[in-house]
Amino acid sequence: MSTQGTRIEEKLYQNRYVVDAGKPHIKVRDHDIPSPALKSLVTACPASCYSLNEQGRVEIVADGCMECGTCRVVCAATGEVEWNYPRGGYGVLFKFG
Amino acid sequence: MATIEERFDAIVVGAGPAGNAAAYTMAKAGLKVLQLERGEYPGSKNVQGAILYADALEKIIPDFREDAPLERHVIEQRIWMMDDTSHTGMHYRSEDFNEEKPNRYTIIRAQFDRWFSSKVREAGGIVLCETTVAELVKDTKGHVIGVLTDRHGGPLLADVVVMAEGVNGLVGQRAGLRDELKPQAVALAVKEMHFLPQEVVESRFNLSGDAGVVIEAMGAVSKGMVGTGFLYTNRESISVGIGCIVEDLAKSGVTPYSLLDQFKAHPSIAPLIAGAEVKEYAAHLIPEGGFRSMPAIYGGGWVVTGDAAHLVNSVHREGSNLAMTSGRIAAETIIWLKRRREPCSFDNLAEYRKRLEASFVLKDMRKYQKIPGLLHNNRQLLNLYPRMLSGVAQSWLRVDGKAKRSKETEIFKAVRKQRGLVGLVADGLRLARAWR
Repeated sequence: MSTQGTRIEEKLYQNRYVVDAGKPHIKVRDHDIPSPALKSLVTACPASCYSLNEQGRVEIVADGCMECGTCRVVCAATGEVEWNYPRGGYGVLFKFG
Repeated sequence: MATIEERFDAIVVGAGPAGNAAAYTMAKAGLKVLQLERGEYPGSKNVQGAILYADALEKIIPDFREDAPLERHVIEQRIWMMDDTSHTGMHYRSEDFNEEKPNRYTIIRAQFDRWFSSKVREAGGIVLCETTVAELVKDTKGHVIGVLTDRHGGPLLADVVVMAEGVNGLVGQRAGLRDELKPQAVALAVKEMHFLPQEVVESRFNLSGDAGVVIEAMGAVSKGMVGTGFLYTNRESISVGIGCIVEDLAKSGVTPYSLLDQFKAHPSIAPLIAGAEVKEYAAHLIPEGGFRSMPAIYGGGWVVTGDAAHLVNSVHREGSNLAMTSGRIAAETIIWLKRRREPCSFDNLAEYRKRLEASFVLKDMRKYQKIPGLLHNNRQLLNLYPRMLSGVAQSWLRVDGKAKRSKETEIFKAVRKQRGLVGLVADGLRLARAWR
């Protein structure tokens, strides 16, 4: 078995979202060096919202977020992730769930 | 911003199984109920496998079968222990499950929750969607008296707030009523909806009519983590998913979606979903910490139900029935207090806990309280035993000119090499002790 062919973009493309433009519901706090917990989100986030930039910092683009809460739980101890529900009516919209 | 001046008997936060059960039960009894849901419609934020246990819903809406959106009633359960190329299965299929009032159904939650919510409205409950509860409002003594939302200027007031806000439970957390979820006590499940023509689903699983099959899978598919995979047949789709403990997942460096794709690619799973059109990918947390990770479930002016109270029986993969039952029991407690003209105080709401203790909900939660710890400390066994079983089955079944007696000796040797007699006995004892 191989992991090739896992294209998260294709998976997320099936989903419906109402993006609250300019008001992301999740933020990564400013940091110079991410903790191991924060870094682990690059792989642990099921929507692949987190990535490592060229400066070695962790960034988030929350548009594909499915609001599961994994990142908040993983980084609860370090406080590096600020997590809120999107405003009412915004965010992911499951057709099947 | 709209303001709602009136005062409610109860405000219910969330429109999943727990919230809908609570709101419906109270509205039907004539209480003035306001239910708040952050999704565009009830169900739009909700994710589950999903299996509906009829008994829990029957106690709330006895004739739900008449119009609830049900997919298939379950006539066959398969439990698969998997290694990389095989599964060792325990299957139970019975014609007895083709009964007038079936016991378990597969459902599609976004549709089911919408239906359940329509019943709340019919019963007279007010349901406001697209409304996120920001925080609880307390009086000077710390008694909860209402909520603040992102849509209404002032607070919405009620005699009691029923928190049915789901696993993330931010409202209760931020009010200091419970702690943040622990990475070792919560699982992340990812799931896809695979669509196939109805006749294809039926022929692949040997089904007719509305009958369905569910598969629960463990072993190599969770890559050494504590986790399980599942595959449920719906009418013209198949729900395929896998879940692992968040702490394990974060440490593993494995992405949840590659875990799902590898599960789907397993030779035992792939042919079942071949050619399907995937229409949705979802992710959701499941509180798996059991009884020992449960928060306080009542206080002055508030109760917690369902996932927010960690009411999940991870051994039996039950959750929505515990959610509905806790929602119903919370509602019945509140109705009982109303009728006695008693306030929803800390002391009086202790009755909710008392009633929940007397029901299967907390009896089952108590029974399995040692299981999460057992799995946490023995996660390697989830990989080892399925592999061992597969090895045993394969040696036994291959006809290769070896005498049966030497084959048996070989099998016992292989088993002892992998775990050792002491280990085998100790595992058995540990499981038995945690189980009873």
